Amino acid sequence: MQETSINRDETGQTLPLRVIGLAMSVIDLPLRALQRATGLGGMAAFFLLPNMAVFTIFVLVPFVINFIYSMTGGTEIFLDHRVFVGADQYRALASCANYLDVNSCVEDGFWIAVRNTGWFVVMQVALMVVVALTTALVLNREIAGRGFWRAVFFFPVLLSPVVTGLIWRWILQRQGLLNSILYGLFGWEPHNWLTERTPAFIATIGVSIWAHVGFYALILLAGLQAISKEIYEAAEMDGTPPIRVFWRITLPLLAPNLIVVLVLALIRAVQVFDEVYVLTGGGPGTSTMFLIQYIYEKGFASELRNPGLAAAASILMGVVLVFLTLAQMAASKRNNRKEDR
Amino acid sequence: MKLSKLLATAAAIGLLATTAAKAGDVRIMWYSDGVEGQVFHDLIDRFMKSNPDIHVKIDDVAFSTVKDQLPVQLAAGNGPDIARVTSLKSPSNYWLDMTPYVKDAEFWRKNYGDQADWMRPDGSKAITGFMTQITLTGGFVNKTLFDQAKVALPGPKASWDEWVAAAKKVAENQHVPYALALDRSGHRVTGPDISYGANYITADGQPAPLDKGAKDFISRFVAWSKDGTAEKDVWVSAAGTTYRAATDDFINGQLVFYYSGSWQISNLASKIGNGFDWVAIGSPCGTQSCTGMPGGAGLVAIKNTKNPADVAKVMDYLASTPIAKEFAERTLFLPANKEVVAGGLDFKTTDSQVKAALNAFVKASATTDPQALKLPGWKWSDAYYGALVSRIGQAIAGEISLDEAYARIDSDIAAKVKEVK
Repeated sequence: MQETSINRDETGQTLPLRVIGLAMSVIDLPLRALQRATGLGGMAAFFLLPNMAVFTIFVLVPFVINFIYSMTGGTEIFLDHRVFVGADQYRALASCANYLDVNSCVEDGFWIAVRNTGWFVVMQVALMVVVALTTALVLNREIAGRGFWRAVFFFPVLLSPVVTGLIWRWILQRQGLLNSILYGLFGWEPHNWLTERTPAFIATIGVSIWAHVGFYALILLAGLQAISKEIYEAAEMDGTPPIRVFWRITLPLLAPNLIVVLVLALIRAVQVFDEVYVLTGGGPGTSTMFLIQYIYEKGFASELRNPGLAAAASILMGVVLVFLTLAQMAASKRNNRKEDR
Repeated sequence: MKLSKLLATAAAIGLLATTAAKAGDVRIMWYSDGVEGQVFHDLIDRFMKSNPDIHVKIDDVAFSTVKDQLPVQLAAGNGPDIARVTSLKSPSNYWLDMTPYVKDAEFWRKNYGDQADWMRPDGSKAITGFMTQITLTGGFVNKTLFDQAKVALPGPKASWDEWVAAAKKVAENQHVPYALALDRSGHRVTGPDISYGANYITADGQPAPLDKGAKDFISRFVAWSKDGTAEKDVWVSAAGTTYRAATDDFINGQLVFYYSGSWQISNLASKIGNGFDWVAIGSPCGTQSCTGMPGGAGLVAIKNTKNPADVAKVMDYLASTPIAKEFAERTLFLPANKEVVAGGLDFKTTDSQVKAALNAFVKASATTDPQALKLPGWKWSDAYYGALVSRIGQAIAGEISLDEAYARIDSDIAAKVKEVK
């Protein structure tokens, strides 16, 4: 094949590559000078600087401001207009005559939100892992239209949480789709599934699983596909029953992915807010009011707003999330060590 | 500017939609209950044609945005130049005193002076805005359902119990899901509370503990909600102080008796059309009076505006007698402007139901209790309303008992007072 000589030099490089090479050599000069002046450690710091600046401006500084906020009282927004109250906000949050009875707490809303979030995390995460694992196992099999089904399960992940909340509200409200189907099939009287405490709470769990299961199933699917087929073939030749294959081969080899899914699902469940806020508004009563909604309402949305209290609650929640993140990091490290071995 | 202030401002700018004003720019935050948004846009377009040096931008937002987000924007030193609000008194330190900027301060005092105290700090003589409409809470009933059920409408002095009993009879006869609904709002509960003798204000102007009058109505309302007479869904469909209206259920013929207010008239007229006959009935009676709650939406200038003279020019135009008259006639709102009231109104509607409803509210305003008249200008009204909504909602949902709700209402208000002080 004949090549044109116009775009290539004697070393065989094309014009774009030559331009990039020239640009790199221009950048290279000051970087070499910097390396000579500061050594390798200085270079590392230099390349970390943009990331650290973003972290400082958008994470560290707001965290410090929030912490200072939590030590102040009043309704003003600007810190210099607020009164220093020490740990009063934390004391108010923690003040309960009986920790098993939220109504005995000074800030009952906070404890209701903690209790609701606790139940939500336990139930939603457990179900999420089971459903995600089942979905991944099914999608890993040679089924007809496998690509289509994978897309179907992943599609809700792409939806905005507000859209998810609205879709399910239209389905579950009194004049919604579910009631019209039940009326058409069985003649059942319409029922508002979102204004009874237990159905509403179950709905928040169900909708949340529907919205996120595709993401976790994808992580598990990747784990399943990484398991060597030869192991399964060996088990098959030995005549190992499928259930034993699952417990003795699939599950242990999938454990690193399961731990990641578990920790990510835990963090996400503690942070639940958007789709539930649209779906139930935290009701009926306060049955589906979770921690983030409590913080949002206390900080911004209520005639009874108290930004200091909201800041204190968010600091406490931040501590929980830090623990969960550390757990995730520890799990990842353990997995890496196992893989290295 | 101190570092903390700078950082708080940066955070607020990041979180909230705010505006950077050029000379001649006036930004208005506006919400609508019915058709008033269209009328307002039309009036502002005309203003801009005759004042090409002033550019007015209207941000049409939901009522919840005004209620929940505007206070935070104002506290952060941001927000629009003008806003339409119903919470007038408690944030009044954020309103601009337009006295040096308006064309004729005396015109404002003469025509809008009766409600001026509603929207300025106690003891102030500032001109901060005007009421775009005067409202009164009251009931609407689906007359077609009453006629079909052959149940007579209770008379003008009928009590809440009588109205609810009649509505229940109609709902059962016509297989309608709900007999009664009240909007999820502390303001809406307050009229009936006062009718049963409630007094929210102590002698020294501070919030009083919930008294027997308030408890009399609240206990009735919670019982009606629990036994299915009143629409529970509106009150339990959110936590906290979130506002919810039951308007759609009334419009869809799912509700016999809807307690809301005069601002709904044009909305009901346009959406119900010929669907069914409806009538306004004023407020049912309690043991002490038959009062609704006065109030309304005010248009106020914001202190942080960069263009106070332009803002005042827009406000002068909107408050002027011909424009206020046109606005009232086209929106079917009760005006605040005294010259407009004195000159009479020709409401732009051929709907006899609308005219009858407007007359019913005018008639009902004559029975407004003096206690009710004090509340729009009382700085703790919003705190009281907020506590009522969140705790009554919990009681209806069955989370707390009535006694616990009463105790929590008192402690919520006390906590708010302590926080503000």
